[in-house]
Amino acid sequence: MEKRAIDWWVGIFVLLGIAALVVLALRVGNLSGFAYNDGYVLHADFTNVGSLKVRSPVRLGGVTIGEVTHIGMDPKTFMANVTMRIEPKVKLPTDTGASIYTEGLLGEQYVAVQPGGMPQDLKPGGTITMTQSAVNIDQLIGQMVFDKASGSK
Amino acid sequence: MAFLDFVPNLGRQVLLTIPNLGAAARFLLRSLVAVINRHFSIQQLLKQVYGFGVRSLLLMMVAAFFTGMVLGFQGYYALVRFGATSALGTLVALSLLRELGPVLTALLFAGRAGSALTAEISSMKATEQLSAMEMMAVNPFAWVVAPRLWAGIIVVPILCAIFDLVGIFGGYLISVPVLGVDGGTFWAQMQSNVTFSGDILTGLFKALCFGLVVTWIAAWQGYAAQPTAEGVGNATTRSVVTASLAVLGLDFILTALLFT
Repeated sequence: MEKRAIDWWVGIFVLLGIAALVVLALRVGNLSGFAYNDGYVLHADFTNVGSLKVRSPVRLGGVTIGEVTHIGMDPKTFMANVTMRIEPKVKLPTDTGASIYTEGLLGEQYVAVQPGGMPQDLKPGGTITMTQSAVNIDQLIGQMVFDKASGSK
Repeated sequence: MAFLDFVPNLGRQVLLTIPNLGAAARFLLRSLVAVINRHFSIQQLLKQVYGFGVRSLLLMMVAAFFTGMVLGFQGYYALVRFGATSALGTLVALSLLRELGPVLTALLFAGRAGSALTAEISSMKATEQLSAMEMMAVNPFAWVVAPRLWAGIIVVPILCAIFDLVGIFGGYLISVPVLGVDGGTFWAQMQSNVTFSGDILTGLFKALCFGLVVTWIAAWQGYAAQPTAEGVGNATTRSVVTASLAVLGLDFILTALLFT
């Protein structure tokens, strides 16, 4: 085979490999987070975030409108502080509520937002005050068993 | 009497194996370092990347496609009993990225390129081409071994990335259009459970190690072969067997080390 042809083929081969890696990173891995890079930031304080993770989806009516970018702990109030990035075209009213739900019985956890009816919108960097923490299934089951046991006496 | 022979034979094997390992390690070091030798040529390296990589691309893609499709069927069969077919995308992607991609690529590479490499180097030795090079003051490590070794290190991760991608596509084709899993769930579940550094890069790092080990074993078996026609044949067989076993063993060690 001619030298130049080999150079071409090797070049194409390496490019193919890089393209495969890029597609894997964006399509299969979750590096495609730049989709929300132009979004605005909201905060919400929860007493318990359960197994919520960075990159967990934020949903409104089941539709993903953003993602969790940071989870921290406020050392004064002992509340878990969740930072989210929301698509810029979605404007949420100031009396919006946020809850942490689980997808199915054993699925992943996500933040569900319920918009309220106030005319003013939450400003970028604002805080959602009405929050409902993650449901702890262990605790629920424990409570149920305890109630059953004490009720049968 | 067979048992009485066994003990000294074992001792002899051990005594032969240890210096062999040392010689193989020195061989690897000399070949890797030979890139700075003036007889190392990029043109040779490109030729080997072409031979190892471009010419095994079709084989890898076909193998990956079928592997992915079988994973789709098999995963569906296992998951549908628990009503958990939404996890099929995750299952296909993680199996391919973490284990099947690197290991199958390396095994196929050992069969496709490693055997040819051993045969090439050992017949060079049998026909005294290597000695002839030394006579002409051409370093055979730089001219023959190093380009092949580095080509193996470069090529296997690239092949592995392509293998992963084609395999996932094959799994998708079976899961979504054929078995009726929801396409959005398939990708979304995959994306939320696969991490770039933890799964994709780990797999490619494994592939890199396998590329080094397979080409090392293949080149060493060729270099250490008996310089006869029979020796060439034996070396080729031994190369494929040793390289395959080494890949499987090393995969266990790497998985245990990188497991998170």
